[in-house]
Amino acid sequence: MSPSVRLQEMIRVIRSARTQGEERGVIQRECAAIRAQFRQADNGGRSHNLAKLLYVHMLGYPAHFGQMECVRLIASPRYSEKRVGYLGAMMLLDEKQDASLLITNSIKNDLSHSSQYVQSLALCTLACMGSAEMCRDLAPEIERLLRASNSYIKKKAALCAVHIVRKVPELGELFTPSARSLLSEKNHGVLHGAVVLITELCQRSPDTLAQFRKAVPELVQVMKGLVMSGYSPEHNVAGISDPFLQVRILRLLRILGRNDDVASDAMNDLLAQVATNTDSSKTAGSAVLYETVLTVMDIKSESGLRVLAVNILGRFLLNNDRNIRYISMTSLQKIVQTDHNAVQRHRGTIVDCLKDQDASVKRRALELSLALVSAVNIRSLMKELLLFLSCCPPELRSHTTSGIFNAAERYAPSQRWHIDTILHVLTTAGGDVRDETVPNLIQLITTATELHCYTVHKLYRALVTDISQQSLVQVACWCIGEYGDLLLGGECEETEPVQVTEDDVLDALETVLQSHMSAPATRGFALTATMKLSTRITHNVDRIRSIVSIYGSCIDVELQQRAVEYNALFKKYDHMRAAVLERMPEEGTETPQPADQVCDLLDLLGGSDEPLQPRPAAPGPAPAGPAPAGPAPVSSSTGGDLLDLLGDLDPPTAPCVKVYEKNGVTLTLQCDSQTDTSITVSLIGSNSSHCDITNFTLQAAVPKSVQLQMKAPSGDVIPADGLGQVTQTVLLNNPNKVSLRMRVRVSYSAQGSTFQDTVQIDSFPPVTCE
Amino acid sequence: MIKAILIFNNHGKPRMSKFYEHYSEDTEQQIIRETFHLVSKRDENVCNFLEGGMLIGGSDNKLIYRHYATLYFVFCVDSSESELGILDLIQVFVETLDKCFENVCELDLIFHVDKVHNILAEMVMGGMVLETNMNEIIMQVDAQNKMEKSEAGIAGAPARAVSAVKNMNLPEIPRNINIGDISIKVPNLPSFK
Repeated sequence: MSPSVRLQEMIRVIRSARTQGEERGVIQRECAAIRAQFRQADNGGRSHNLAKLLYVHMLGYPAHFGQMECVRLIASPRYSEKRVGYLGAMMLLDEKQDASLLITNSIKNDLSHSSQYVQSLALCTLACMGSAEMCRDLAPEIERLLRASNSYIKKKAALCAVHIVRKVPELGELFTPSARSLLSEKNHGVLHGAVVLITELCQRSPDTLAQFRKAVPELVQVMKGLVMSGYSPEHNVAGISDPFLQVRILRLLRILGRNDDVASDAMNDLLAQVATNTDSSKTAGSAVLYETVLTVMDIKSESGLRVLAVNILGRFLLNNDRNIRYISMTSLQKIVQTDHNAVQRHRGTIVDCLKDQDASVKRRALELSLALVSAVNIRSLMKELLLFLSCCPPELRSHTTSGIFNAAERYAPSQRWHIDTILHVLTTAGGDVRDETVPNLIQLITTATELHCYTVHKLYRALVTDISQQSLVQVACWCIGEYGDLLLGGECEETEPVQVTEDDVLDALETVLQSHMSAPATRGFALTATMKLSTRITHNVDRIRSIVSIYGSCIDVELQQRAVEYNALFKKYDHMRAAVLERMPEEGTETPQPADQVCDLLDLLGGSDEPLQPRPAAPGPAPAGPAPAGPAPVSSSTGGDLLDLLGDLDPPTAPCVKVYEKNGVTLTLQCDSQTDTSITVSLIGSNSSHCDITNFTLQAAVPKSVQLQMKAPSGDVIPADGLGQVTQTVLLNNPNKVSLRMRVRVSYSAQGSTFQDTVQIDSFPPVTCE
Repeated sequence: MIKAILIFNNHGKPRMSKFYEHYSEDTEQQIIRETFHLVSKRDENVCNFLEGGMLIGGSDNKLIYRHYATLYFVFCVDSSESELGILDLIQVFVETLDKCFENVCELDLIFHVDKVHNILAEMVMGGMVLETNMNEIIMQVDAQNKMEKSEAGIAGAPARAVSAVKNMNLPEIPRNINIGDISIKVPNLPSFK
């Protein structure tokens, strides 16, 4: 067995290794030697071996065989061995290892050792890796040490208590009385530990919080002492007296003063004093000021103080030091919800920070800008955000795009602006947008009927320029397919006129189909668009036919299926082609579409009703699918899956309320189930006249904060003479618990003529059986 | 709470790593690598705060770092710590190391990792700041070292002899002293305990 080398020798040898392999070899030899040494019973150099092992562990090599050695060393009477043993325990052991339980007894003995350094070792280890059981066992010891006379031990015991409270919150009550008495200590280290302990206790339990509110005057005294005292060399950092302690006390005051007038009053003067007297030219002063500002904004402070605080933040924002700017933006982020106007004043500076070189500052500026968007500044702010998007670091891109979309959805001043913005984002950063952007955009375009011409021209131009951004290409293909006739028509008031021939359009779509860059979904879009154009163009139908038949033998199964079906449309079902491929109906029209009722409530009952805003129903789960995407007319998969959502038909004993009765058609409302925030009702249509009712459809609208989801109806024909019924289940989600009202529009055909009526339901029947 | 304290050099080699939450060894190495990757890309005049580390904790955590010559000192903290306070703490830590090692350089940290751990243990305990007064820390560390030395007894004599000789201010000794059996007059070695 080669004699073991000392730690420093070993480090020297490791460092002189030229390659990774050489290093591994050296370390393996050393570890083997160490293992052999551990197996020997008594050995003078045990601590050195463990130290070597810890070094090896730091470099990343496995060191678990040292765990038992740690336990043995901790039990040794010699201080040097204990020290290394405890260090090893902190680095190698954790609560998941069994060996950690073995050191509990050693720690317990060491906590009552005569030497304070041994006690401190034990406290340190317990605070770092103490498991819940160990904490429970040793908590009384720690509490005793909290009242010990030695300030060195007291401060360590205080932090150890914090760890215990984190692991086992119930033990918090054990420490509350001692924590209170620690506040009268003079030693800053002990005070610091006490404040941390009290902070942790208050955060865990509201009762303790109420108890410690009485300590606010004491804390204010201590703080005053720190601020007003002259120069004290031992605690001075850059001219501020113990800024660490000041920051901790301010944070505790923040927690105590939140939502409490009495406590807030007591600290008002102090905060004003600190805010005005602290010198912020160095980091230490800035740290204290920053904490003061956060505290002022969080408690119930008087308005003059709040103004002072926001001004301080504004000054920070203009500081040259990037650290200070970063900090001020972080704190503005915290108060932007409550004091929106105050932060708006600094919008210019924040937007400038978007152009800073520093990635962290950019990130903060982005978050803050997104929070500051409002209806008033949306145009200018969006310009800045789009500029930022074109040069922002890649890790921030997806966050930026989702932020821009959210802001655009909430505050878009006009539909054209909205569409322009989304198109701009797609051209700049199409690869980083969310998946549901494409269907959302398509839905938006569909509703903006007067902009179809403009949109399709713009998208065509974007498609011709660049086909690499998948989302953009998908939307463009869909639009060209739908509104190809507008594109070929030529004139459009909003953009410069450009003559687009049918060949150009088909060329563009074919390029997308054949390009390597197109994802399979994109090619699907392009193929369907080509097919739709067959009814919209006049001359090149043969070309379309040939394109479609080529893809009938494509390797991609999805494309192949589509191509084969379209081929069939050309051959056997040519008479249906025009009807199948006609333009998608706008949302909310009367055409009976039982499959689409899950998402058809836009524009529903006109804008004349103020209190009831038509709410688009929450899009149903997967079955609804990407509704506007091409293949809906051809493949029948979208509608069929919804039939599984019919819901149960109720037993006839539940109470029904008749809400509509006319022409023999009766509509009744029945409550199926009800919880605090949601209600499920069934609308049942029955027919007592002598002729069948066909095309029976129901549409509903609810107040703004309520969410509506209509399941598919059981059918749309009600046979005559009460021989059958049509039932439709409606789910209402009412998280804000507003009074529920619903407006239902009934439409049906009877005896060849169509009828349509609206009925308002103001009260819902209760449920008899729960 | 401080989640981890890392010291590594300009090439990413770890010089000291202390984790206050448990991670497996592989994860620890990965964290060190990722942190080095993030921190080394930073310019000289940007701010000292970094966000966006995926491995160590996620969205609540920030990296606060300072670059001194060849070493990066990185503290990974969560939102309950004051960022500027931690910056000052790093400064205090480095100044303490400087006092304890006398003009500390990277080699000191390499060869005396355990001492660095002991000093750190006096400043940060269980992820929380314990003591920030430099003199107090140095006093405690010295007392502990003295205790260790006094225990070492006979077994520690050769080591202490070596360190005593190293610390001595010897005048320049000529190299080739060995000229047979002639006894050489050596300077008086101070007696030591």
